[in-house]
Formats: sequence, C-alpha cells, structure tokens
Amino acid sequence: MLAYAVKRLLLALLVAIAVSVLSFMLLRISGDVATAIAGESATSADIEQVREMYGLNRPLIVQYGDWALGALRGDFGESFYFKTPVTSVIRTHIAVTVILGACGLGFALVLSIPLGVLAALRPNTWLDRLALTISVLGQALPTFWFALMMIIFFGVMLRWLPITGSSTWKHFVMPSVALGYYATPAIMRLTRTGMLDVMSSDYIRTARAKGLRTGAVLFKHALRNAIIPVVSLSAVQLGFMLGGSVVIETIFALHGLGFLAWESITRSDVAVVQAIVLILACFYIVLTLLADLLNAYLDPRIRVA
Amino acid sequence: MLADKAALEEQVLEPSPGQLLLRRTFGHHGVTIGATVLLAIILMAVLAPVLAPHDPYHQDLTRRMIGPFWHAKHSAAHLLGTDNLGRDFLSRLIYGSRISLAIGFSAMLMSGIIGSLLGITAGYFGGRVDMAITFFITMRLSLPVILVALAVVALVGGSLTVVILVLGSLLWDRFAVVLRSATQQARNMDYVAAAQAAGCSTPRILFSEILPNVLNQLIVVATLEMAHAILLEAALSFLGLGVQPPLPSWGLMVAEGKTFMFFDPWLITMPGLALFMLVLAINLLGDGVRDVTAPENRN
Repeated sequence: MLAYAVKRLLLALLVAIAVSVLSFMLLRISGDVATAIAGESATSADIEQVREMYGLNRPLIVQYGDWALGALRGDFGESFYFKTPVTSVIRTHIAVTVILGACGLGFALVLSIPLGVLAALRPNTWLDRLALTISVLGQALPTFWFALMMIIFFGVMLRWLPITGSSTWKHFVMPSVALGYYATPAIMRLTRTGMLDVMSSDYIRTARAKGLRTGAVLFKHALRNAIIPVVSLSAVQLGFMLGGSVVIETIFALHGLGFLAWESITRSDVAVVQAIVLILACFYIVLTLLADLLNAYLDPRIRVA
Repeated sequence: MLADKAALEEQVLEPSPGQLLLRRTFGHHGVTIGATVLLAIILMAVLAPVLAPHDPYHQDLTRRMIGPFWHAKHSAAHLLGTDNLGRDFLSRLIYGSRISLAIGFSAMLMSGIIGSLLGITAGYFGGRVDMAITFFITMRLSLPVILVALAVVALVGGSLTVVILVLGSLLWDRFAVVLRSATQQARNMDYVAAAQAAGCSTPRILFSEILPNVLNQLIVVATLEMAHAILLEAALSFLGLGVQPPLPSWGLMVAEGKTFMFFDPWLITMPGLALFMLVLAINLLGDGVRDVTAPENRN
C-alpha cells in the first residue's frame, strides 16, 4: 500500500508541475499581458514601462521560475486590478466556491444514487426507463439556460428563492441544483451498472440463501461494493464542478472563485486568472489522488497493478 | 426433396449481419428520433437563406420587441417576434443552427484527430509511450476547460475560428481515453498477430486492422464530444467570450435576451430550447449507436 501511495503521490506532483507550466505558458503566449494591463489608449512607452514594472521583459523561463517559487510559498504576486496580493483576493472568494461544489455534489448524489439503485433493482420497468429518461434529458440541458429557467420559475414567478447573492443557505439552493444536475446522469448510470453486476454475483446469492433480510443484503453487501467506482467518479465530478462553477457563479452573482475568474478575465487581471487556474487544477489533482488511494485501500487488487 | 427446398429457403431467409444491424438501427427509437431531428436541423442550417423570412442581421428599431405568435403583441410578419434591436427572431434562430453545427462539427473533428492519434498510439505501443501519453491525458484533465477557454479567447479575441481552435485543442481527452483502452483490447486479437506475422507495416496495422475495430467506440465518443462542444460554445458565447455579436449564436441570443427575461422570457426560452433539442438529438443518436453496434454490452 505504501509503495503504491508513494508512486501515486509522485505522479500527482509531476502532473501539478506540468499543469503549472502549461497554464502559465498558455496565458503568456496567447496575448501580450503588458498591452492588456496598460489599456487600449496606452503608448508604446507606457507599455514598455509596464513591462519593466512587472518584470515582463525577462525571459519566460525566468518569469515562470519566479512565479512558481512564489506559488509554492502561497504568493501569487499582485493583482493588477486590486493592487493587493492575489492570495488575499482569492482567500475572500474560495469559501463560496467550495460550499457550492460540495452542495452541488451532494445534490447529485442524493438524486442519482437512489435512482441508480432503484433502476438496477427493477431493470426494464417504468422506473428504470424514468431514470434513463432523466439522465438523457439532463445531459442535453445547457447549464446556463437551466439556471435562467429556474430563476424565472422559482425566483420570479413563485418567489420561493432569492436569485442573486450568497448570504443565506437559500441562496445556494438553485446554484447547487444547476451545478449538480449535470453530474447526475454519469453517477446514476455507474450506480445502476455497478448494482446490476453485484446483484448477480455469488456472494449476494449466498447472502440471500443464508436468509438475510433484503435490506441487509442490499445495503451491507450490494451497495457497499457497487459504490466503490462511484466514489472515484464523484471525486472527478467534484473537480469538474469546481472548474465549471464559473458559469453558475456568474449567473447567480455568487462571489466565488469562478465569478472572480470571469471578472479577472474581462479586466485582463492575468495574475489572478493564473492563480485560479492553478488552484482549480490542484483541487482536481488532489481529489483524484484521494479517490485513487481510497480505492486502493478498499480494493487491494488495484495496488498490485 | 421437399426438406431440401425448405432448408434452402431458410438459408436464403437467414439475414446477414449487415441486415441485422440495419434492422436494429431502424428499430431503435433513440436512433430514429435523434437522426430525424438532427437531419432536420442540418437541413435548416443548409437551407437557411431559403427558409429564413428576413435578413438575420437587419435591424429595424421601429419594430423592436414584437412578441411571438402566441403573445398579445404579435405581428404576422414576424412569426417568432423580434429582439431588442428589431431583428427577426425566427431568422436568427435559423441562422444560429449554422454556428452551433459548424463549431460542434469542426471542434469534434479536430479533437477527434488529436485524441484518436494519442489513444491508438498509447494503446498499441504500451510501455513508455503509453506512460507518456497517459501523463499527457491526466494533465489535460486537470485543467479547468471552461476557464482556460475563456482566458485564451479573451486574450486572443473571440471569433468563430478561435472558438473552434480552442475547443478543438481542449476536448480530445475522452477520445484518447476510450480509444486507448479499445486499442489495448484489439491489439491482443488474433487478426493483429496474423497481420504482424504476415509482415505488415505498423501504420498499416494501425489503419487497416486496429482502426476499423475501434470505429464503433470512436463514433460514439464523436457524437458525445460534438454535443459537448456545442454546449461549451453556447456557454462561452453566453459569457461574452465566444462568438461575437452580431452573429446569431444561440448562446449569445440567450445572453442578449437576459436583460429582458423577466418581462419577455421567450427571448431566452426559444434559443435555449433550440440548443436543448440539438444536443438531445446528437446524444440520442450517440447512445443509440452504442446500443446498436454493441448489443452484447447492453444491460
């Protein structure tokens, strides 16, 4: 287990380094940062001055090294827009995104796991077909449009829920649903196939033959085994949700990392954008690492491979 | 004699695998519905100049915000009304299908080529090549797609070509993952060993032995990724960092209607519904192809 964990950890570190290089270079070569900061009316002398000020005239590798060393110490430089350290700007925004991601995943799991289990227990019935229909329709819904439709219906017509801001738990209901529903089809299908596989296995037949109650068979034996792949899928989906929160946060004016990223992109605050891309990528890397380690712990066969 | 004839007839009536495939295809509701809707939208895109009653870019400020036909404030000249600049909404919806299809198809093609090359190479050669490519895939998966796409489009400037290139270079991961494992399975088949023994060159084995046998999975991923690209383009355009106005992208139309959505919700319901139907049709087709080509995998 230890050898596997060390190997997996090293891989995660390598990926993190590679991603930091990639995201840094991508944002640097796709446009001139100095021109973006100086603004449209700037003269070439102004632009030169900005280059000097932020050290943008140095070779890219030196700039990257500087930035990466800072990032390791939690220092992402200064925001061009706020004129304050990027880290403090991000600190005020990160909680909203984490809460949103957790609630989104929570919603997805609460909806998809029972549906997946029910569909597997009654394959090819109306229940199974209902679950399939929900998943097919859900996958085709444009997230931003679904969010707007919810705002019109629950926010304006029924007046049940507030439509912007993040001050109470009610503010998180619609954004979490809008963010989470996209993950439900995948999780539901995986739960369903997992349960179908497990239910036809020998140890379930043994458990039934022993005379165990259906509830005990289902929850103690079947679901616990079927859920293992769902755990890693959930980690991956949570990573995607945190990355995809930009659309939802913009619509509901939730001041999280996604909203900050979008605002920073529109005002060319590259330092903030770079930091957010790296942080979200690291979230994903850590989540998948934890999922793999948990899987290896639960299923010893993985460690050997 | 009679028995012989009956046996012969039975033999003749036995459907070929191809006929069985066709029968499964046309008997599958998902495939028929998906293909019909998709075909209708493609026709609409191709025949847009003929079908559209008005010029989608023509502004007429005296005829702003006319409602659709079910609305109290409607006009016979504009079946689905006009937007806040007095442009005919139906014509814009019709022309919008061109943008979604063009971006979806081109981005899918580009990412499909990148992903298939990577996936097949990794799956066939294995070892260090596989390790390097798997690392590359993991790296790509860690990048938040929407954020990176938004940032790059903002720096380069939004246009149809830029959106296609950005999405095309980001959405290859699923192609690579699926084709890698499909190739790993196909590589161990006897026909590949036979081709190797016969002295076929590696490119030839990859193209005429491996590729045809992973084509089913390739087509399924291609449909899913085309739908994915269409949804992402709409989201980017909705956030103002995708296709730029006055192009009638459906995502952009939702963004333009957002200001008026409390009083004239149809301005956002219609382009959103159009997107939903297009993506649903493509997904139904993709799911159907998976069911039809691999009936043994159904559960």
